[in-house]
Amino acid sequence: MFRSYHARIKNPRLALAVGIAVAVILQCCGGVIDPYTTQVIVFAAINVMLAVSLNLVMGETGQFSLCHAAFMAVGAYASALLTGKALPALFPHLAWTGASWASQLTFLPVLIIAGLIAAFAGLIVGGPSLRLRGDYLAMVTLGFGEIIRVLLQNTNAVGGARGMEGILPATNLFWAVGAAVVTLYTMIALVRSTYGRGFLAVRDDEIAAAAMGIDTTRFKVTAFVIGAFFAGVAGALYAHAVEFISPEGFNFLRSFEIIVMVILGGLGRPVGVAVAAIMITLLNEWLRDLSQYRMVVYALIIILFMIFRPMESLAPFLSRLVPRQFRKTKAPEAA
Amino acid sequence: MKATKALLEVRKCSLRFGGIAALTDVSIQINGGELLGLIGPNGAGKTSLFNILTGVYKPTEGEILFEGKRVAGLPPHSINALGMARTFQNIRLFGSLDVGMNVRTSFIARLRNGLINTVRRGNSFRDEEEEIQEEGRRLLAYFGLEEASAHPSRSLPYGDQRRLEIVRALATKPRLLLLDEPAAGMNPTEKEELKQLIARIRGEFGTAVLLVEHDMKVVMGICERLYVLDQGKVLAAGTPSEIRADPKVIAAYLGTSHDE
Repeated sequence: MFRSYHARIKNPRLALAVGIAVAVILQCCGGVIDPYTTQVIVFAAINVMLAVSLNLVMGETGQFSLCHAAFMAVGAYASALLTGKALPALFPHLAWTGASWASQLTFLPVLIIAGLIAAFAGLIVGGPSLRLRGDYLAMVTLGFGEIIRVLLQNTNAVGGARGMEGILPATNLFWAVGAAVVTLYTMIALVRSTYGRGFLAVRDDEIAAAAMGIDTTRFKVTAFVIGAFFAGVAGALYAHAVEFISPEGFNFLRSFEIIVMVILGGLGRPVGVAVAAIMITLLNEWLRDLSQYRMVVYALIIILFMIFRPMESLAPFLSRLVPRQFRKTKAPEAA
Repeated sequence: MKATKALLEVRKCSLRFGGIAALTDVSIQINGGELLGLIGPNGAGKTSLFNILTGVYKPTEGEILFEGKRVAGLPPHSINALGMARTFQNIRLFGSLDVGMNVRTSFIARLRNGLINTVRRGNSFRDEEEEIQEEGRRLLAYFGLEEASAHPSRSLPYGDQRRLEIVRALATKPRLLLLDEPAAGMNPTEKEELKQLIARIRGEFGTAVLLVEHDMKVVMGICERLYVLDQGKVLAAGTPSEIRADPKVIAAYLGTSHDE
């Protein structure tokens, strides 16, 4: 995998504005879209956020993390407690239903706080463990994921193994698609810069990166914390979309599903990873009718995808979807 | 020897791994702008000395002073920030980055704009990116690598990869450049070019160079002063002609004769 770097960097905020406009328009057309399709779009947006944020850790910085779903859980539970307990207790005279203006206006700060709490969890895990390499980091993150799950299972205040139900259905198309657009923008803007190439330098050769003055541990922790932040926001959106969360929903298999999206989309390619996340979401929906054979077919399709890597052959086409200012220059391929 | 204050001073450094002594009481001194050679047979401790200078290992005993500051035990990135840059014996370029970006990674540690400004794409970010592009281009042009700027770094010929690594180290604006066996694996023409390159670096950038080298011809041809390491100790120090005539050095390289 070889990356060139675009010399001209203009203002790409237009792309961000267009993306958010799409989210607003989708929300306004909400009446036309049936509830099932709406839900699939929301799930796809959440998966895009999860996969693109994990891509920063795994694809760009080369750190194998197995606890992305745990950060999602932290965000989900934190936000559920905020909207379910803290906010109604603080402002008891306001109407707290999913679409009420009170819950919609407070949803942005709720998402951000959920993200920050997840980011803090990321700092606690990443700070000490990112000094480890490869397999050891994978083991630590696997352990952390399990710790979070077991902690939640045994905390009665958040429903223990039964989980939390009756969460406000505050997530709608605007929040989900808007957040996915902001995530994708942030990741692309970050990576396509001199600063962002530091992540790739760390992945390529830590010793050389350190010799060039790059604080490699700091870069790894930064990637981990940013990844955890967006996973936390995705978790908050998820909790307020399905209205019910339980520790089992954020187990190791969920983390693994996100990893599959990142690998399928091509490590270190944010747009490819986003497309892979959407495809896996759709695949999950299409295979629902197959009932008990679902996982067999699912696994088969994933294996075929891994062998033929359609994302990589689609890459030149996919990169056209990225605003010109972000695009790479054409460079001769490595021999 | 010049009367200037020492740029780098290694004071009685030892490095031991368990019972094995890689370095014993090594003391060397490099002055500003000097081109210093460090030679020695295989296993003499050249790379060990290199590693304690660049922060890969912490010396078991002794002190390393760079411009009067203690640097022994600092992590590699802090040592680079103080003004020491290095290259590697086995080339370590960033394979997924192009030639230009390989050089520009040297600016990452010195960026004015952090994470937030990078994502915001503000004016100061854009100005800085343009400055970095320009400076990277200038450096590459100076060393004749400009046309290769957008090529994958691994597609360069071997000699150019070595050269790129030196340019990348120079881009961190060091006052001391440490070159670890830069002539390894080079053909005679490439070695000749390398000698000229090192002379140019010192002449035009005023950078002091510590050259660790196996190839006697390269070292003898360009260094003003040499240290010879053998079995983890400084065996001799002096000008190339002094070193060449030193019976201890000859013995270390060729072995002593038992017939006499």
